[in-house]
Amino acid sequence: MIAHEFDYRRPASLGEAVGIMSEYPGSVQILAGGTDLVAWLRDDAVAPDVLVDIKDVPGLRDITVGDDALSIGSLVTFTELIESDLVREHAPLLVEMAETVASTGIRNRATMVGNICSAVPSCDAGPVLLVYDTTVHVAGPAGERCVDINDWFVGLRQTALTDDEVVTRVDIKLRQHGGVYVKLMRYAGEDLAQAAVGVVVYPNNEYKVAFGAVAPTPFRSTRIEDALRGKLLDEALVAEVVAVVADEISPITDMRASAEYRTRMTEVMLERGLWEASARFAGTGSDYGVRLI
Amino acid sequence: MQLITTVNGEDWTLDAAPADVLLDVLRERIGIKSPKIGCERGDCGSCTIIMDGRTVRSCLVLAVEADGHEITTVEGIGYDGLSELQRLMLGNNSFQCGFCAPAIVLAATELLEHNPNPSRHDVQEALAGNLCRCTGYEPIIEAVLSAGGGGTE
Repeated sequence: MIAHEFDYRRPASLGEAVGIMSEYPGSVQILAGGTDLVAWLRDDAVAPDVLVDIKDVPGLRDITVGDDALSIGSLVTFTELIESDLVREHAPLLVEMAETVASTGIRNRATMVGNICSAVPSCDAGPVLLVYDTTVHVAGPAGERCVDINDWFVGLRQTALTDDEVVTRVDIKLRQHGGVYVKLMRYAGEDLAQAAVGVVVYPNNEYKVAFGAVAPTPFRSTRIEDALRGKLLDEALVAEVVAVVADEISPITDMRASAEYRTRMTEVMLERGLWEASARFAGTGSDYGVRLI
Repeated sequence: MQLITTVNGEDWTLDAAPADVLLDVLRERIGIKSPKIGCERGDCGSCTIIMDGRTVRSCLVLAVEADGHEITTVEGIGYDGLSELQRLMLGNNSFQCGFCAPAIVLAATELLEHNPNPSRHDVQEALAGNLCRCTGYEPIIEAVLSAGGGGTE
């Protein structure tokens, strides 16, 4: 049961959605899949005056590929990512990530964009979108703007999205790459991440490395990326970057894992992830979806 | 708000408040008790229903979101007698207390619709997030594999 009352609006266009949000400054929640939001409403963790259900807004369900980017609309669910040939071809890490999210019944409803809007530290989409060249497209009263994914996560459950804006899609730049998403869970099949590592290898030995669930937000480690840049992996190089993991992350101890365990496992996951991402880049790695831990 | 939805092939028109959760409306207003109240936060799976052909957690859906959509519960699966999957589950003693059974029947039905010949891994993935505290899952998985023609591969 949800204890407090609110209004429910289901706009038929993006303009109408933005208009409603301007009417209720600061007291609107956008409803897409609702798998976070309805639980939060029940917990009284959020108490909006109005919910804006964007599921009837046209154009937000599309997965398209253009000359230089794969576009994923804000209503695309994790199941739709898994089932999309376009996503599998151009951004296979999204499929690998989506397959680890909760359970089928959640993935059928939950959206990837909702995941980065909830922006909990363990959000699975965070590390993966960070290691891709991702731009978040946002509509607001002043029109549309783009937010670089590196500027998106600004604090615990806080994003660059303002109260009167709605995400329309994310664009992922098309580049040759090999990648990996490694997620530590208490049991396979529906848990939040205890720790997560995303790695992508691009041509000329350019690496991107991001972490989830081991800091207030998902984040990239430029220190590790700089140490790797331009170099082929070898044992010494991997050991060098694994040695700085404990400095780079700031995990907490909670019911799901201790800080010490998260730290040690993040080191292991980075080591395995770097080798696997490089192997996948070279065409000798495992299929996407094969779990490393 | 007025809400028009189809539940197991029957059209329903109801008044629902925005804060009414679909699970509660199905149970209390429409009288369908197979979706169970378990964790009420999407973890246990016992409130599973099929909405427009896909399983969803009805504890995480507002009733007003069901407006214009089609809902199937396990009552709607058995209209013409038990499905093949249900018969195999019965024959295999797949359940003991039965609390999770409606949800697991729906999850397995969805799987078999999209993947008629699933592997053991596929079955485990599809059923993950549907907690059963009685059986250890094996008799359930075996029945789904049999329904998919895979036996005990």
